[in-house]
Amino acid sequence: MSDVLLELNNLHTHFFTDDGEIPAVDGVSFHVRKGEVVGIVGESGCGKSVTSLSIMQLIPSPPGKIVDGEINFKGENIAKASKKQMRKIRGNEIAMIFQEPMTSLNPLYSIGNQIGEAILLHEKVNKKEARQKSINLLKLVGIPRAEAVVDEYPHQLSGGMRQRVMIAMAMACDPELLIADEPTTALDVTIQAQILDLMRNLNKEKETAILLITHDLGVVAEICERVVVMYAGKVVEEGTAKEILKDPKHPYTQGLIRSLPKIHEKEQKLYSIPGTVPKPGKGKIGCRFAPRCEYAFDRCFQEDPKLLSIGNERYTRCFLYEENVGSENDHAKSNS
Amino acid sequence: MPNPILEVNGLKKYFDLKGGVFGRKVGEVKAVDDVSFTVMEGEILGIVGESGCGKSTTGKSILRLIEPTAGEVKFEDKDITNLNTEEMRKLRRDMQIIFQDPYASLNPRHTVEKIIGEPLLVHGVKSKEERKKRIKELLEVVGLSPYHASRYPHQFSGGQRQRIGIARALANNPKLIICDEPVSALDVSVQSQILNLMQDLRDRFNLTYVFIAHDLSVVKHISDRVGVMYLGRMVEMANKDELYDNPKHPYTQALLSAVPVPDPDAEKDRIILEGDVPSPSNPPSGCAFHTRCPRAMDICKEVRPKFEEQENNHFVACHLYE
Repeated sequence: MSDVLLELNNLHTHFFTDDGEIPAVDGVSFHVRKGEVVGIVGESGCGKSVTSLSIMQLIPSPPGKIVDGEINFKGENIAKASKKQMRKIRGNEIAMIFQEPMTSLNPLYSIGNQIGEAILLHEKVNKKEARQKSINLLKLVGIPRAEAVVDEYPHQLSGGMRQRVMIAMAMACDPELLIADEPTTALDVTIQAQILDLMRNLNKEKETAILLITHDLGVVAEICERVVVMYAGKVVEEGTAKEILKDPKHPYTQGLIRSLPKIHEKEQKLYSIPGTVPKPGKGKIGCRFAPRCEYAFDRCFQEDPKLLSIGNERYTRCFLYEENVGSENDHAKSNS
Repeated sequence: MPNPILEVNGLKKYFDLKGGVFGRKVGEVKAVDDVSFTVMEGEILGIVGESGCGKSTTGKSILRLIEPTAGEVKFEDKDITNLNTEEMRKLRRDMQIIFQDPYASLNPRHTVEKIIGEPLLVHGVKSKEERKKRIKELLEVVGLSPYHASRYPHQFSGGQRQRIGIARALANNPKLIICDEPVSALDVSVQSQILNLMQDLRDRFNLTYVFIAHDLSVVKHISDRVGVMYLGRMVEMANKDELYDNPKHPYTQALLSAVPVPDPDAEKDRIILEGDVPSPSNPPSGCAFHTRCPRAMDICKEVRPKFEEQENNHFVACHLYE
């Protein structure tokens, strides 16, 4: 597959803390094609942000470390790339936007300065050209009065505008991959709709691949083509957005979708997954979701389930699907 | 017909903007600007709106945790805006609040027993034995175990902390609970647990909630009636099914269409609003929404529309319907 842009292969990112080694990302594999929008979904603490930071090599070290696995970007393993190599890639070929536009902009520099920094670093242009390019970028992301905003400071802009500036900054060098870590979580719904619209347009016009990290399944339905669902540091399910939302296989994904209040339906009682997300820790045996799973049987507590292929680019990590036929009976038996 | 438990009439809260060398007043932020509504006994009234629309200020002004600038708040037919501190303190037995951030609203140095026991002590449960018994009861009601009483907040997860917050609010058998974004800091799977718990408690203890949130699906799920706020004003209020199926105000229409739906086949005829919410220190003239409204007319710039009943309990403030 030559059109694969980014491929993660059995990535392990561990944190070495006073409480021991914590496998925040525990063997994650997936890929992103050129021009594709892939979502990583999961609740807090599932390792979705650590995965994205690992790709950019932005994990604070110590305590964090990529202990195993490959990150292939355009066929090259960047998991062990040097700082110098990474600097060439970051901001140039892979760019990232963060959740909090308030804290990820420097309050002491003007908008033009901050966008221009990446351009000056990666391209052979002078300051004047960089400034002109910054203005064009601001126009691209739909900021009114771009000529004035370029000289303003972050505190003069609203949350939605700041997120637009972040996106402009990320798009400065026409990256092939944009990693967006909860880009709309801090924004209001009407502003969120604007930003999602903008990201969709950038994806279409510039063919930028987007890796979107989110906890909001609604956002996934809006913009993603494929989805990776994570739970406790592992991928539990993968498929197209439609497959995941309409026909979820893993009990966790099923529970997650059922526990959402639906705006267009009337229901009396919400489904809820019992218990809470487990604390990550090393040496746990069995399916991480088993203690909260209504289908769990003995084997789930004794063995780690493998990620099973159940179709074209369709995976799930659950014993229920091991032998597609007959597994229902097996689990009924073990329950009784 | 149930009785109104809470009546809010023309509630206003202006915050002064200070500036200049002597810190003189240079302006006002109209956080809540003439809001009126009624809450019936046993009802859940949802209030939605984007950040800065004044929904939390409204909630806090009802309890007089923030002193309202003008207007009347009637609780069980009694105007509470003129009560003194002591009378207000007694009344807070019946009116409680649950906060958004379960990390910030519990004292980290107090055990759960002390946190839940404090409102009991304040409101006259003097015997230690009795308090202990009640704390045990409350913990069970909210789905925690009695042995949790001796622990500290940091030993709990977000969802459990919110349960503690709920137990504290329930301690004195209140009649009305203001819920200020009680689930927005929680993960989806935990959020549904807390929503179900709150619904059960309402049925069990015949509580009345004013449920403030920015998540339209959550508000729809839990509320009986829903009010929509924009820039300190109530723009629309109706029964929830009526409001979500047949929104009248252009802002409500845009807001509802902007919610991402977790269904890839859903039709998307989205109204994308231009621009941002204007600053409440300098709100637009006339209808506050006219700067972003796709259907704005000349009159909208000049005259503030009245908040009036259109049909069966469906209130809207918009010139299109006059």
